[in-house]
Amino acid sequence: MSEAGPLIELREASVRYRDVTALDGVSLRVGRGQRIALIGSNGSGKTTLLRTLHGLQRCDAGERIVHADVPQAMVFQRPFLLRLSAWSNMLIALWLAGVPARERIDRARDALRRVGLLEQRTRPARALSGGQQQRLALARAWSVLPQLLFLDEPTASLDPAAKQEVEDLVMEFAAEGMTVVMSTHNLGQAKRLATDVVYLEGGRLIAALPTERFFTERLPDAAARFLKGETTWQ
Amino acid sequence: MNDFGASLATASHLIFNADAALLRIVGLSLAVSGSACVFAALFGLAGGAALAVGRFPGQRIVVLLLNTLLALPSVVVGLVVYLLLSRAGPLGELGLLFTPPAMVIAQTILALPLVAALTRQLVADALRGSGDQLRSMGAGPMTRAALVLVHDRWSLLTLLLTAFGRAISEVGAVMIVGGNIDGVTRVMTTTIALETSKGDLPLALALGIVLLLVVGAINVLIALVQRLSKEGR
Amino acid sequence: MAMSSTRRRWVAALALIGCGAIGAAAHAQDKFIVMSSTTSTEQSGLFGHLLPAFMKETGIQVRVVAQGTGQALDMGRRGDADVVFVHDKVAEEKFVADGWGLKRTPVMYNDFVLIGPKADPAKAAGKDIVTALGKLAAANAVFVSRGDKSGTHAAELRYWKAAAVDAPAKAFANYKECGCGMGPALNIAASTNAYVMSDRGTWLSFKNRADLGIVVEGDTKLFNQYGVIVVNPAKHPHAKKDMAQQFADWVVSPAGQQAIAGYKIGGEQLFFPNANEAGR
Repeated sequence: MSEAGPLIELREASVRYRDVTALDGVSLRVGRGQRIALIGSNGSGKTTLLRTLHGLQRCDAGERIVHADVPQAMVFQRPFLLRLSAWSNMLIALWLAGVPARERIDRARDALRRVGLLEQRTRPARALSGGQQQRLALARAWSVLPQLLFLDEPTASLDPAAKQEVEDLVMEFAAEGMTVVMSTHNLGQAKRLATDVVYLEGGRLIAALPTERFFTERLPDAAARFLKGETTWQ
Repeated sequence: MNDFGASLATASHLIFNADAALLRIVGLSLAVSGSACVFAALFGLAGGAALAVGRFPGQRIVVLLLNTLLALPSVVVGLVVYLLLSRAGPLGELGLLFTPPAMVIAQTILALPLVAALTRQLVADALRGSGDQLRSMGAGPMTRAALVLVHDRWSLLTLLLTAFGRAISEVGAVMIVGGNIDGVTRVMTTTIALETSKGDLPLALALGIVLLLVVGAINVLIALVQRLSKEGR
Repeated sequence: MAMSSTRRRWVAALALIGCGAIGAAAHAQDKFIVMSSTTSTEQSGLFGHLLPAFMKETGIQVRVVAQGTGQALDMGRRGDADVVFVHDKVAEEKFVADGWGLKRTPVMYNDFVLIGPKADPAKAAGKDIVTALGKLAAANAVFVSRGDKSGTHAAELRYWKAAAVDAPAKAFANYKECGCGMGPALNIAASTNAYVMSDRGTWLSFKNRADLGIVVEGDTKLFNQYGVIVVNPAKHPHAKKDMAQQFADWVVSPAGQQAIAGYKIGGEQLFFPNANEAGR
């Protein structure tokens, strides 16, 4: 993994839900400027790893170290939008982030314009299409000017056109210097977007390599099997 | 069946003639139960939300207790409040017994567990799908609860209308703490009880019909509100 | 709990406002007294006739809480009433003797009547209540008793005793106690075609008579004496003694006594003022 200025680090982190071990002794360092793709089958621990890195989940063992306390944001597979207008959703996000009142309107407008939803701002957020809702979620995240962005399979529920729009936006954010950690099912997406790829299986970090090396070098068997598409759903 | 026919006629007569005594009684019922609902909402929404988002030892027991209080008999509440407000009791100095405020207090106690328990359930369920996102955005526990209550505002309204229904249809508590004093603390339910005990069953039934119409209007409101909420999504 | 301090302050402020509003509302109408009386008296409609007259003369509103005699006296003991107006001389005198009331003054009387099926299966009709009750017990007639420690109930038990039936519930199987007021007792009697003892006032206003009628009336033993007692301010300093005394004085004054006599149902007088009669 590239040694950029570290932001968040997990050391031997484990998370247990009742008798299920969701994360098992994972060590990972997220460096500034990286774009990390987390891959693995369902139940491999991608979501738990993201939540633990972001601070939504506490470790039962090991530790989470915040090297640099930068603004963070997270986008989920299905965005939770309040039953209000898109505009109101934006304002509430800015209010929660502690943005002073006089700045909120400008930043909301800028963010919506950025993702191409300014025209839809008065519509009920839930009346937007799937792709539009995810773009709104991205606008909401971007408006708080995060330096670290987590995304949990952001395009998994979207049609190809919407998928492309979201990917493009994420790439734009990254190009502006945002550090991105994104989980995905889609190996092509990982190849296109990521600087580094991390493979998880059964809560354990099996492999973590820069992208080119990940797809060319000889990998641990489990990871290799996954790439070949032979891994079972367990 | 003659009783029902006579009662329907009496009920219509009372309503169309806007009988002054009846209007006063209906007005007091609405004021007492409405106020009780407001107070129950103030404390019940906050309490229920806190129970949903809080993490403290003994939480399960508090929830169990709350759900048990849902079945508080109104006459028991009336008795307890009476003993508290009686001159011989601890709060006698307030001079509240046999006044409408005493009735509001009793009905608030009745409605409060209902509002709190339903709010707790509403908030807990709503946060299951949204808690992560809201926490990620920086919302503290009570802020999260408040946001999902705004988000689920139609369900919240139904909840409050339910509490109102419970308050306005009860008779045990208001009878004991209000004393059913003519012109002062007489409400619809206590009037029905009085006329029944006097043997004037047609009038009692007529008043019952009026009460049902008031409660029915509330339920129509709930239905309209639900219809609106579906269209508003 | 996870409440922020600002929210806690808001809740406290609202609670204070609420209490203030409640307190203010409670003291809004200050010229009133609370009178505890019996359901039979209230249901007869007497108060609807009597109290407006008192209010007109003095401007004092009398708020009546109507329950059984036992409860009414208990209210006086608790200090929840300023004046007590019931019809159980023995209990009333004990109330005063125990220091809860200032003085018992007789006010008026009405009478009890024995109600029963017009067919009168137990052949109890007549002018003597004691004989009639004896016949009811012997015939195991269906009898509804209020059984609620009210003045009416106390009187009923005295008549049974005079008829040598000490414990009517044990004496005959069809003696039913409902633990209820006069109206409900009459309702039960009407629907089960039973005998029941009632005050004339409640009977006259009772609309649900079915097959019932008056079986025994006019026996002087059936006269039911009412007394008024002002609650003792020594026991309850907040009690509105002056206004309560005004009421007690008015109700035995010529004006009050006349108002009582003037109350009629269907042209029939219900209550007979006798404040001036000695020994009542």
